[in-house]
Amino acid sequence: MSANVGLLVTVAVAVGGALGGMARLAVSDLLARLAGTAFPWGTLVVNLSGALLAGGLAGWLAPPEGDGLPGGWALLMVGLLGGYTTVSSLSLQSLTLWQSGRRRAALANLSATLIAGLALVGLGWRLAGGAA
Amino acid sequence: MSGWRGYAAVGVGSALGSVLRLLLSQGTLAALGPAFPWGTLAVNVLGSWLIAAFGAYAACRGGGRAARWQPFLMAGFCGGFTTFSLFGLETLHLLERGRPGLALLYVLLGVPLWLAAAWWGDRFVRSRHG
Repeated sequence: MSANVGLLVTVAVAVGGALGGMARLAVSDLLARLAGTAFPWGTLVVNLSGALLAGGLAGWLAPPEGDGLPGGWALLMVGLLGGYTTVSSLSLQSLTLWQSGRRRAALANLSATLIAGLALVGLGWRLAGGAA
Repeated sequence: MSGWRGYAAVGVGSALGSVLRLLLSQGTLAALGPAFPWGTLAVNVLGSWLIAAFGAYAACRGGGRAARWQPFLMAGFCGGFTTFSLFGLETLHLLERGRPGLALLYVLLGVPLWLAAAWWGDRFVRSRHG
C-alpha cells in the first residue's frame, strides 16, 4: 500500500472510527426507541447529520490536496464522520424494505438520504465559509 | 438498547473497518489517481455485499454464534468500513472542481451498485444456507 499512511494517521482513523461507530449505535438506539423500528430512522438521521457535519468540517479544514493526510482530517473526517455514517446499513435496510413489499418506503429512504444528504453537505460547506 | 458489550463490539469493528477503508482509499489513490473516488466507491459496494451476506447468514443460522458476532461484523465492521459522509463530500468536490458529469456518474453508478451488491450478498448466502 501507499507509503504516506503513517502510524499517527492510522491510529487517528481507528480512534475516530471507534467513536463514530459507537455514536451511530447510540443515535440508532435512541431513534428506535423514539420512532420504532418499522422504518430505519436511525440510519437516516445518522447519515443526514453526518453529511451536514462533513460539509461543515470540509469548509473549516480545507480538504487535503495531493499526498499526505493531516492528522486532524484523519481523526475527524476519515475516522469520526467516516465511521459514524454508513452506506452498508442504508443498502441493507432499503433492500429489506423493498423485499418485504414496502417499496415506497424503500424508495423514500434512498431518495431522502441522497437528496437531503447531498444538500446538507453543501449547506454545511457554505455555513462553514467554504468557497462557493 | 445496547449494553456496554454492544458498544465495545461496534467500536472495535468500526475502528477496524475505518482503518481498512483508509488503506483501500490510499491504495486506489496511489494506483488510480485522484480524478475519481474509486476507493470510496469500492468500500461502499464491498461493505453492502458483506452486511447483506452476514445478515442472511445470521438469519439462516438463527441465533448462536452468528448472532453474537452480528454487532461486531454488521454495525461495527461494515458500518465503519462504508461511509456516506465521504461519498457526499466527494460528490460536492467533483462539482466544485467543475466536473458535474463525473459527480452525476458517481451517484448514478454508485447507488445502484450498492443496492445490487446487497441483493447479491443476500442471495449468495441464502442459496447456500437457505
